[in-house]
Amino acid sequence: MAKREIIKERVLVPERKPEERVKDFKEVKLGYTPQLAMEEAKRCLQCPHSPCVKACPVNVPIPQFIKLIEEGKFVEAARKIKEENILPSVCGRVCPQEIQCEGACVVGKVGDPVAIGALEAFAGDHEASVGYEKIVITEKRNRKVAIVGSGPAGIACAADLIKMGYEVTIFEALHEPGGVLVYGIPEFRLPNEIVERELSFLKEMGAKIELNFIVGKTKTVYELLEEFDAVFIGSGAGLPYMLNIEGLNLNGVYSANEFLTRVLLMGAYRFPEMDTPVFTGKRLAVIGGGNTAMDVARTALRLKEVEEVMVIYRRSKEEMPARVEEVRHAEEEGVIFKTLTNPVRFLGENGWIKGIECVKMELGEPDESGRRKPIPIPGSEFVLEVDSVVMAIGQGPNPVVVDGVKEIKRGKKGEIIVDPETLMTDLPGVFAGGDVIRGGSTVIVAMGDGRKAAKGIHEYLSRKQ
Amino acid sequence: MFRIVKKRELAENVDEFIIEAPLIAQKAKPGQFVIIRVSAKGERIPLTIADKDPEAGTITLMVQRVGKSTYHLSCFDEGNSIRDVVGPLGKPTHIENWGHVVAVGGGLGLAPIHHIAQGVKEVGNELTVIMGFRRKELIFWEDRMELLADRVIVTTNDGSYGMKGLVTDALKNLLDSGTKIDMVICAGPVPMMKAVADLTRNYGVPTVASLNPIMVDGTGMCGACRVTVGGEVKFACVDGPEFDAHQVDFDELMNRLRMFREKEEEAMREFQRKHCGCYRG
Ligand SMILES: Cc1cc2nc3c(=O)[nH]c(=O)nc-3n(C[C@H](O)[C@H](O)[C@H](O)COP(=O)(O)OP(=O)(O)OC[C@H]3O[C@@H](n4cnc5c(N)ncnc54)[C@H](O)[C@@H]3O)c2cc1C
Ligand SMILES: Cc1cc2nc3c(=O)[nH]c(=O)nc-3n(C[C@H](O)[C@H](O)[C@H](O)COP(=O)(O)OP(=O)(O)OC[C@H]3O[C@@H](n4cnc5c(N)ncnc54)[C@H](O)[C@@H]3O)c2cc1C
Ligand code: SF4
Ligand code: SF4
Ligand code: FES
Repeated sequence: MAKREIIKERVLVPERKPEERVKDFKEVKLGYTPQLAMEEAKRCLQCPHSPCVKACPVNVPIPQFIKLIEEGKFVEAARKIKEENILPSVCGRVCPQEIQCEGACVVGKVGDPVAIGALEAFAGDHEASVGYEKIVITEKRNRKVAIVGSGPAGIACAADLIKMGYEVTIFEALHEPGGVLVYGIPEFRLPNEIVERELSFLKEMGAKIELNFIVGKTKTVYELLEEFDAVFIGSGAGLPYMLNIEGLNLNGVYSANEFLTRVLLMGAYRFPEMDTPVFTGKRLAVIGGGNTAMDVARTALRLKEVEEVMVIYRRSKEEMPARVEEVRHAEEEGVIFKTLTNPVRFLGENGWIKGIECVKMELGEPDESGRRKPIPIPGSEFVLEVDSVVMAIGQGPNPVVVDGVKEIKRGKKGEIIVDPETLMTDLPGVFAGGDVIRGGSTVIVAMGDGRKAAKGIHEYLSRKQ
Repeated sequence: MFRIVKKRELAENVDEFIIEAPLIAQKAKPGQFVIIRVSAKGERIPLTIADKDPEAGTITLMVQRVGKSTYHLSCFDEGNSIRDVVGPLGKPTHIENWGHVVAVGGGLGLAPIHHIAQGVKEVGNELTVIMGFRRKELIFWEDRMELLADRVIVTTNDGSYGMKGLVTDALKNLLDSGTKIDMVICAGPVPMMKAVADLTRNYGVPTVASLNPIMVDGTGMCGACRVTVGGEVKFACVDGPEFDAHQVDFDELMNRLRMFREKEEEAMREFQRKHCGCYRG
């Protein structure tokens, strides 16, 4: 192929204006049109070594699918991606591309990296709009696998197993399937209908989904093993960490999980049409600097009652673990960043939060994570007045699923320990992947685990014949 | 969908529902609860499993109408289905053969007390049940408790039935009478549980309370249900709902229960506006 000229500037994805989009929960990005997508696809240099592919946790064949987009073969492009990633419309929207595929893109060394994520979302959406390819399952195996949790890990594992001919039942604790994709990531980033569409495709392929079923409570892992030939645990990281500081239990203090579950899953933003309420008052503060913190902040801005949203983070903006795009969107929408600031205690009045006593921080030497360690500046305490506060400081695996299952070993943070190759736990026939083995990661990594476990399960069951 | 097999009004504003939920019926132990959602727009609300019939595959819930969700549920009749029921949730009651157990229930606290009383009797304890109501019209399940317990004491605030006074008056009488009491288990309105805890603390009698904070998921995911016990933060849905009553910060619990009060009143007004008369209220 003739050497291509580098086009430094990327074709921007059309976005809704900040002042307009903060009024509702509809998607912020409008996505590429076919013309824009083809134009952006031209920027890919089709590198033979494709560093982008190596930087993608599941090695999506990036140059190949982009080439297909360039040629106007959008459906083929989507199917190319799906060889490695069955949820292009999801990952194209939520992957932290800047530290994965796009972070390694050669064009990025001299200009903007190729918009791999946006192209992936475009291809996925396009394929969905014309209808998915019917998956014909050639070989029925008459063996049953139980999947615990309907998040990305469970979805990916289920899809692969079904294609291999297994009978799959997904057990989900909540009243709606999708995991963090529906109860965590807001609709303005990832519309629920995309997740619903993928789940209905999974059901068409033959997956059964049992809602309101808590493994560990409704039935134990042992009981599932009596009915099923193997079990995959993809129960996520649903245990919120809380700041153990004075005033934690004042009214108006939430974990990110509670806040997002109330507003998004339970629809509190449509109260009283929906029954579940949320209390915010006018000024809300979010503590943390990750994706969850940005999601809480931007969700809060969209609530009628809320007038001001602050993000409190103890390091500087550069150290924030959130996706760059999320921080940019939050800023555009009017979120106020209080960086190098750490909460010391929550101040209350009559049982309600009224303020947060904070201390200013400065950055010292790098710590184990390589990030510069924040150190409090003595005497710099000050009070931020707030009506509510949401803690978004991370989460760990929820122990309910394996409560009382001695054979399954867990690490310091409660993460399930698995064989890194097969993802099998120490209880034969039980596999695990996604946030439950990592304590927290990304959608694509969780999906990668789901697929790896499907392979592990297949090998295990083939051996067991 | 979970079908309502049987429904009846137990007392003023209290309904009993028998619901088809075979998996839960098989698993349910004393002290555990379910979370239900009445409709697609509904809130997730916790309700105690007051009784179960594993053979029939049913569980019994007792529901007091206090707000939107519970009023909405009372519109449901036999043959209708509840959209979501999940459980059994929470830790089962820790039950031993202690000797003489006094179970104290106020109003809807009788839901947990009934199931716990069954468990307590099964392992051979002597059981006294003290059940308190504001007045005669609110009394229910006295017959059932009579069948279970060695002794049943009913109190009403106005003296319209049984002993006049509060459950704590009856409990104090027992404690003062020199009757040996090895364990007290209480469930009901927070002020009642607090009063029981304050009383038994003075007598050095171990006491457990079944707490009822606001919940959302019921699986330890959200922290809405957090309570302070012995200075430590606990999630009532997974660490409880029963805790050492002498260690519980009841004032904090009472405060947290009013977190959404204004919104709840708004929801109720909306509901009444739209559903004039379909419920008995
Ligand atoms: C607010 C927020 C924003 C995020 N933003 C991004 C982002 O932009 N990009 C990105 O890549 N990642 C993001 N993440 C992380 C990403 O969502 C997770 O890494 C990913 O969802 C993990 O997938 P999973 O399948 O392991 O678990 P989950 O998605 O958590 O799904 C687990 C499912 O299991 C169910 N479950 C739990 N216990 C049981 C049980 N005992 N029985 C039955 N079911 C059970 C849960 O209800 C849930 O539905 C975000 C996370 C959060 C919270
Ligand atoms: C473990 C547990 C077991 C319970 N068992 C029973 C029972 O067997 N029978 C019974 O009648 N009630 C029981 N309750 C209380 C019941 O959940 C509430 O009465 C119900 O949620 C009220 O909802 P509502 O919409 O009708 O009223 P609302 O107007 O929403 O609320 C009325 C009051 O109920 C409390 N409440 C509101 N929402 C919740 C919630 N999501 N979770 C808990 N409390 C809430 C608040 O104090 C509120 O002020 C139990 C609560 C818990 C935590
Ligand atoms: S799956 Fe994620 S990391 Fe991989 S190519 Fe797609 S957007 Fe990039
Ligand atoms: S590194 Fe960039 S330019 Fe090269 S193949 Fe990947 S996307 Fe295309
Ligand atoms: S109800 Fe959510 S953690 Fe207990």
